[in-house]
Amino acid sequence: METKVKTLPWRKAKPKSELKVKSSSKKKIWQNYELYLFLLPTIIYFIIFHYIPMYGILIAFQDYMPTQGVWGSPWVGFEHFIRFFNSYQFWNLLENTLELSFFQLLFGFPLPIIVALLLNQLRNQKYKKFVQTVIYAPHFISVVVLVGMVYVFFSPNGLINNFIMIFGGDPVYFMSEASWFKPLYISSGLWQETGWAAIIYLAALAGVSPEVHEAAIMDGASKMQRIRHVDIPAIMPTAMILLVLSVGNLMNIGFEKAYLMQTPLNVSAGEIIPTYVYKVGLQSAQYSFAAAVGLFNAIINFILLWAVNRAAKKLSGSGLW
Amino acid sequence: MSNFVMNRTKFWARKSREDKIFDVLNLFLLSGLMLVVLYPLYFVVIASISNPDYVYNGEVWLYPKDITFEGYQRIFQDGRIWTGYKNTVIYTLVGTFVNVALTLMAAYALSRKDLAGRNFFMFMFLFTMFFSGGLIPTYLVVKNLGLVNTMWALILPKAVAVWNLIVAKTFFQSTIPDELLESAQMDGCSNTKFFWKIVLPLSKPIVAVMVLFYAVTHWNSFFDALIYLNDEELYPLQLVLRSILIQNEASASMLGDVESFAAQQRIADLIKYGVIIVAAVPLLILYPFIQKYFVKGAMIGSIKG
Repeated sequence: METKVKTLPWRKAKPKSELKVKSSSKKKIWQNYELYLFLLPTIIYFIIFHYIPMYGILIAFQDYMPTQGVWGSPWVGFEHFIRFFNSYQFWNLLENTLELSFFQLLFGFPLPIIVALLLNQLRNQKYKKFVQTVIYAPHFISVVVLVGMVYVFFSPNGLINNFIMIFGGDPVYFMSEASWFKPLYISSGLWQETGWAAIIYLAALAGVSPEVHEAAIMDGASKMQRIRHVDIPAIMPTAMILLVLSVGNLMNIGFEKAYLMQTPLNVSAGEIIPTYVYKVGLQSAQYSFAAAVGLFNAIINFILLWAVNRAAKKLSGSGLW
Repeated sequence: MSNFVMNRTKFWARKSREDKIFDVLNLFLLSGLMLVVLYPLYFVVIASISNPDYVYNGEVWLYPKDITFEGYQRIFQDGRIWTGYKNTVIYTLVGTFVNVALTLMAAYALSRKDLAGRNFFMFMFLFTMFFSGGLIPTYLVVKNLGLVNTMWALILPKAVAVWNLIVAKTFFQSTIPDELLESAQMDGCSNTKFFWKIVLPLSKPIVAVMVLFYAVTHWNSFFDALIYLNDEELYPLQLVLRSILIQNEASASMLGDVESFAAQQRIADLIKYGVIIVAAVPLLILYPFIQKYFVKGAMIGSIKG
């Protein structure tokens, strides 16, 4: 089976026809000056709103004063980092951030794959379309509305507690108990994004030629066997790239939701590094300290990305770079 | 030929026991999943038009009870919602226009194989997907440009999304044949004219996808407004929603005439359900029609990743 899979038609790369313009590069640039004008606003945008802020990270090593600017402010080296590592919140923040990211990935990565594989096996095309339309929908709900729904459903007299009481249970104060923050965060995320995340896998599955399935049926393969030996190998490269990408954004994602879900009583479980940066940096205007914390977060993020890309390349041969 | 088709149908019809069990289980699982997604949305709808006392006591499950539109009346009396709506519509229109114009122009230029330095530019843009200055340095740039407390703070820092740029570039590469450009150039057609007169008319699907992706982002975004705007008159809908839904601040004009605290709580909940519907209405109406464009966009993106 293994050797057969390698030569299946959908794995072959399509040859690309390159348009070769035979002229010196100088002439090429002059000929296409309009294309550079097309690009110009976007280049300016990236420089101003992405590259200048990258340069602005320097303030993490300074005592930034708005009147002095990035050049005039005094340098302090790693003082802000040391202060952050020694602060009483450091371990709690790190633990919350990593735990939330880890569980999000643990459930959020495999679930869309399972849903896509199951949807792909539905025989009734109309019903399949209908299910798809329904499960994509929550993706378009805004964070504010999603968190608002969590608040009303999980309030002491909300839908969930009414349900618990029907079965004779006692109402649970979900939003004011720290231990419920992470489960609610993860499960509401799954509710919102699973269907949408399945689309990409469905596209990959649609690319499998029907002949392969027919041949497998000829050989007496059951549906489970076809999922195992045809479908899963077909979506493996997509899955690997998505895994690497989602690890690459692990430390950044969901920060708005975490901020909105925080209440004074659950904040001990809900405070993550990005929300902390926002509070310290913008609410109490400690720009340099917050920039240092943000940089620390970015560095952890990069280490994770690098590690998972390496692992993905070793395991399956396909990585991001 | 017909014989072959017949054989094939027969062959599909012959199912093993194991496959039958699988099919039943699969149908059961997916229907369950669909209900889990659908029910909360359905419940919000019925709760928003039911008597809040029944909702509070858990007597509303499958259909609205003692139908009332009090919640909606109170919502529409409130000026903040309307200001928020108006602001969000303006931000969405202007922002989406800037987004789509920049993205399509840049994506087309990057899709041209004869553009010297395209790999460099592509790298420059992709790099920002993984490395960024972070919240504080970006905020300082916006502040130094004097954009704080203006609409442009919500539009310019989000002018181009790298992911959408890749999607559009992939689309142009796969749909505009090189021969078309060659023959147009032979006739002395300039790049601008070619883009405007030939590429864009051929690219309506991608224009639709871009408009939708960006418009939804603008419609739903709240965090930029939270950090860049102080003036309540400029608040977009999502910030107004936040104060009603999450900070529990239904304003005086909404609850002023309600006497007891308990009744206030229940009506505040009724207002919350209604507000969720009001915020989602534009999308709920459009969703069934535009759904396929979103899916198309997500799929184009996945081809090249």
